[in-house]
Amino acid sequence: MPNTFALKLKPNHLFWVKLIIHIAALAPLCLTFCQAFTDNLGGDPVTALLHFTGLGAFKLLLLSLLVTPLARVLKQGLLIRVRRLIGLYSFTYAFAHFASYILFDLQLDWSLLLSEIIKRPYITVGLIAWLILLALTLTSTKKAQRYLGKKWQSLHNWVYLAVMLVSVHFLWSVKSAILEPLIYMLITLLLLLYRRDKLKRIFKKRLNNTQKIQK
Amino acid sequence: MLIKVPKTSAAKENQITDESVYHRRRDIIKSMGFVGASSLLSSTSAQASFFGNDDKSFKTQALDYAPDAKQVSTKLTPEEKIITHNNFYEFGTGKSDPVENAQQFKVNPWRLSVEGLAENPFSLDYDDLFKQFPLEERIYRLRCVEAWSMVVPWIGFSLAALIKKAKPLSSAKYVAFETLYDPKQMPGQKNRFAGGGIDYPYVEGLRIDEAVHPLTLLSVGLYGKTLPPQNGAPIRLVVPWKYGFKSIKSITRIRLTDKRPPTSWNRLAPNEYGFYANVNPSVDHPRWSQASERRISGASLFSRNRIDTQMFNGYEEVAPLYDGMNLRKNF
Repeated sequence: MPNTFALKLKPNHLFWVKLIIHIAALAPLCLTFCQAFTDNLGGDPVTALLHFTGLGAFKLLLLSLLVTPLARVLKQGLLIRVRRLIGLYSFTYAFAHFASYILFDLQLDWSLLLSEIIKRPYITVGLIAWLILLALTLTSTKKAQRYLGKKWQSLHNWVYLAVMLVSVHFLWSVKSAILEPLIYMLITLLLLLYRRDKLKRIFKKRLNNTQKIQK
Repeated sequence: MLIKVPKTSAAKENQITDESVYHRRRDIIKSMGFVGASSLLSSTSAQASFFGNDDKSFKTQALDYAPDAKQVSTKLTPEEKIITHNNFYEFGTGKSDPVENAQQFKVNPWRLSVEGLAENPFSLDYDDLFKQFPLEERIYRLRCVEAWSMVVPWIGFSLAALIKKAKPLSSAKYVAFETLYDPKQMPGQKNRFAGGGIDYPYVEGLRIDEAVHPLTLLSVGLYGKTLPPQNGAPIRLVVPWKYGFKSIKSITRIRLTDKRPPTSWNRLAPNEYGFYANVNPSVDHPRWSQASERRISGASLFSRNRIDTQMFNGYEEVAPLYDGMNLRKNF
């Protein structure tokens, strides 16, 4: 059988792949914010911004989790090297999402922010996911990776919890149109299912650790 | 024709000046043959209008009416916002779906039947909607259950006038409303998911004393013209002290009844949406606060338009309707 992917990704190709990712992630973000600032984003630019940045962060997070399976299936090991970039853009969108919520929706009403975080499960869940992504972003450098050693991998395994929480956050936030969030949840579960062996190992390790502590 | 009553205070005049500027802008856009400035940037309808085919947009007509005598000092929400930011799940669940999907909606011929426990049941055809009752302008605040709000210059007549004409029997305790059911025209009714899971036709209801309250309006227009489809053409309910979803759109049936009628959102999520749905800052939606709201005004993203939500949306005169009732329980 002829190899459909005869083209093997080489290090000098990566530059172009990354450039495309930069443009594909940044251009819509800039354009949407420009439209919002000039009041050309529909009747309520604030809601439009929240939906765009939130969904954008989720899509990019799913895409970052798709890199590993894709690299394996296509036998393009080098593809792994774009994973961090996509993950960082996911947090960029998540940051814009949370910032838009605080600045444009709540308008710096900090007491309202606090009570919403405490009282509303979907916002609590969203914030936890955001904090995980923040931690992953801050430890995304090679330096941090070296410094943390073995701990780095277990810290970055939290991404699986984060993506689940984001999926729940989306489902809980809609008034009644649940088809779209359900499709996203299905994609999330498929990506996690692909990693079921790894997830089992993580769980077993945690379970063992807690049992050791209890003993 | 829009007649502005001169204000005694100069400040108030200033506050509504924005709108006249706005009207000029719309005329210019219209003369260019575009649907509206914002639709240029919205996805699908944008292309159609950009290439000069504007015949697809719904045509509204000017109305004769008595202007609101006690014009409120609050700034009106620009017309462009009111007609592009809509919840009308029959045309899709996104806020811009209705303006994109409803332009072909047929409002003439129309038939609104008034029936049930009444001595004189009757029905109105399209022309009757604008001729049977004198039209007046009412500038009302509209508070959505999603915690955003607008100020809308509606045109219409009191629901009380229509109910009086029907001569309700003493056994009539509630009024039930029904939106047109026409899946051919309304994509949300054709597909359960496109319509957000609501069981169509959309139904709403009021207690009869709420229905005949002078504030309760049947609206046939806004900003001096007939309603565009996305706002509930040709006739819709406006109950300004209740959350927006009570103000049912494109009504075909009004029924007087002795039993409390089912209401669509209550049926879908009874723990989140009650029958009364009075605007109440101290009773939160289970998933978000109702203590404050964002007023959609067309001002910049950084303008401080988050305001405290008022009890009964500021229409305190309806409070006696609920004397002795636990409004936390009857949310």
